[in-house]
Amino acid sequence: MEVVYITIGVSIVVAVFFFIIFIKSVKSGQYEDTYTPSVRMLFDDELVTDKKQKQTK
Amino acid sequence: MSDTNCYHCGLDCNKNEISFDEKSFCCNGCKTVYEILNSNELSCYYDFETSPGTIPTDIKGKYNYLENESIVNKLVEFNDGDISVVEFFIPSIHCSSCIWVLENLSKLNNGVTTSMVNFPTKKIRITFKNERVNLKQLVELITSIGYEPYISLDDDAVKNKKIDKTLIYQLTIAAFSFGNIMLLSFPEYFELSADDFWLEKYKFLFRWLMFVMAIPVVFYSAKDYFIAAYKGLKHKMLNIDVPIAIGISVLFLRSTFEIILNIGSGFFDSLAGLVFFLLLGKFFQQKTYNFLSFERDYKSYFPIAVTKIVNGKETSIPVKDIEKGDRLLIRNEELIPVDGILIAGNAAIDYSFVTGESVAVIKQSGDKLFAGGKQTTGAIEMDVVNTMSQSYLTQLWSNDVFNKTNEITIKNITDAISKYFTIAILAIALFAGIYWYFTNPSMTFNVVTAVLIIACPCALALSAPFAIGNMLRIFGYKKCYLKNAETIENISKIDTIIFDKTGTITSSDKTQISYEGKVLNNSELSAVKTVLRASNHPLSRLLYRFISENTLNVEPLYFDEILGKGIEAKIEGYDIKLGSASFVDSNLINNNETSIYIKINNDFKGCYIFKNSYRTGVKEVFETLSKKYKLVILSGDNEGEKPYLEKILPPNTQFEFNQKPENKLEFIKNMQQQGAKVMMIGDGLNDAGALAQSNVGVAISEDVNVFSPASDAILDAQLFNKLPAFIALSVETIAVIKMSFIISFCYNVIGMYFALTGQLTPVVAAILMPLSSISIVVFVTLVTNFISRKL
Repeated sequence: MEVVYITIGVSIVVAVFFFIIFIKSVKSGQYEDTYTPSVRMLFDDELVTDKKQKQTK
Repeated sequence: MSDTNCYHCGLDCNKNEISFDEKSFCCNGCKTVYEILNSNELSCYYDFETSPGTIPTDIKGKYNYLENESIVNKLVEFNDGDISVVEFFIPSIHCSSCIWVLENLSKLNNGVTTSMVNFPTKKIRITFKNERVNLKQLVELITSIGYEPYISLDDDAVKNKKIDKTLIYQLTIAAFSFGNIMLLSFPEYFELSADDFWLEKYKFLFRWLMFVMAIPVVFYSAKDYFIAAYKGLKHKMLNIDVPIAIGISVLFLRSTFEIILNIGSGFFDSLAGLVFFLLLGKFFQQKTYNFLSFERDYKSYFPIAVTKIVNGKETSIPVKDIEKGDRLLIRNEELIPVDGILIAGNAAIDYSFVTGESVAVIKQSGDKLFAGGKQTTGAIEMDVVNTMSQSYLTQLWSNDVFNKTNEITIKNITDAISKYFTIAILAIALFAGIYWYFTNPSMTFNVVTAVLIIACPCALALSAPFAIGNMLRIFGYKKCYLKNAETIENISKIDTIIFDKTGTITSSDKTQISYEGKVLNNSELSAVKTVLRASNHPLSRLLYRFISENTLNVEPLYFDEILGKGIEAKIEGYDIKLGSASFVDSNLINNNETSIYIKINNDFKGCYIFKNSYRTGVKEVFETLSKKYKLVILSGDNEGEKPYLEKILPPNTQFEFNQKPENKLEFIKNMQQQGAKVMMIGDGLNDAGALAQSNVGVAISEDVNVFSPASDAILDAQLFNKLPAFIALSVETIAVIKMSFIISFCYNVIGMYFALTGQLTPVVAAILMPLSSISIVVFVTLVTNFISRKL
């Protein structure tokens, strides 16, 4: 059952890892604007198709 | 609506339709935007939404001040010589197409490296190369495509204000520890037989791990409770933080003792859970509206720079540097930043942001101009009389109300109850301690700490944040934006409501025109309208739009407009005189109202009276509110409309006219000294003092994005008739909180039973604590949603 030391150790390391990742993402401002990126993502496609249309004309 | 709508902005094209590229546009501005977008392959802008754009405004010369180095340096966030970063607030961002076109600025100008829009805050951040484009060109570019940035004196002051994220970190740590501690404490809860070999072997590891994880929860996540409790005690106040702080420290100390002395597993999971729920409540209450500001003063309305004329040359200077005696040039649509005397030009000053009055005021050379007005007809020149801080309007801000520091004496409903609560808890703990000391001394420590732990008012402390936090969201969803949670409580306490008149109970974008006198026939009306066409006076333009007859196809034979008086013209055999009473006929007496008098062929016909139309539902709103509250109309205007108002408003309404901004403030102060709790509802900068002085200041705003003075709440003007509902709902919210207090007391009584009988084991605490918190949260959320459904 000494394996408990390892499993608990691993689980805590994993938990701490995600905790740090989360803090970092908050610090970088990822949650300050949750709307615009969702729209921006769609526009990248629009631009490409637009160019293609122009070329085929 | 006519048949053709503008391809760009979607407005009715009217008569001056411009055709370009087989599309119709309402004005040259829209055409230009189309041209710019089209030539840069951005025309699929128009595919996203039908008519997404806004009409660009005329900007010639307006941004000349952006050539001034010191002003540029204040605006630019970062500049290393090559590259600059600047952030603008653009109120006209309203749809996804706006994001798209603004983020493709680099296609319109190769000097722009990147542009990023933050939609919720309506801000754009632009990185550009200094050698290819300067700030002025950049601003002109985005203005020309219809996204005029809002640059004000406020941009000058605070920069890079960091959002405080401490609460998020505290909450994260509490959540992290809560989850892990719960997991680690489970084995001992399900301990079946006391001599379980594995458990005996590993429980020390588990316990000490829990201890380690509880440390940051107590010393970082919960530190604000200790600080607040300390501050409260220092001011001899037993706020809700005192029992919380006692609870947390007792939980931590007792648990630590237990694991050191190997008595039990401690209450670390309850401790972490408690802090987590408390912080969650705090977080939920912190609803902020990114795109709104409740702190605006005149600075966010005033321009950052102004054009000064020195020896016939125009130079841009920062508004702060204006000195007495300077000659200033105010262009069309520019704001007058200081008090002064008009020297040259036709001045028609729109004071709507100051007073709420929608009809512009005409000034003549030599007249005094007050700061805060917006020039609406062409450029004018003025001499400065007062510097900015000494101007009539801005003086208001030197009043003490605006320098109020936040004291911690604000008593909210939770703190009010916690005073008795804390005393009761301490008394119970004391008596229980005495009782057990004489019956079974070994239990004393156990019972006393258990009482303090179970009494920790978690559910109590959560009621208000969740009820109010949820209400804030519901209000915001209905376009009544509250500054913070206290506002709801303050609204529920008011007994007097004071209304500003112009712009608050009247609508500032609609003017009602009525005619009194001898009826004019059609040809007379046509003639009058034709004459009005040539005039730029704001009243003329309003009347021109009001008269529905067609204009004649001839120009007036004779036309003379005397500034500040009226128009004299000859057309088609009519001899027309329009204007003020004294100008048209010296025998007439001005009726105290804004009006145009008409005389045709030396025969006095009558007058057009311009009235601000009252908002829909004013009468109903006043009737509903008068049953419960004392109502006052506090207006800066003359008594012209008093008879009318007396007719439509409830008889016990008090009227105060001719109130200067300072008078309004003093009036409210006096009422408060007599014990009244005042809600002030206003709109303009002249109400700013009154809004700040009142217990609850509500700003009515036609467009919540543009400008509203500092206040506790911003209400969309269209929802004026919902005002009684909002107030009633605030009162009900407080009732809901009181109900949930009763429920949480029940939990405390149950918990107290376990504590006093010495049966409070960690597992009981671990069940009772989250159960009470969650059920309270569910209760207040459901009930607040229920009572607000009728809104």
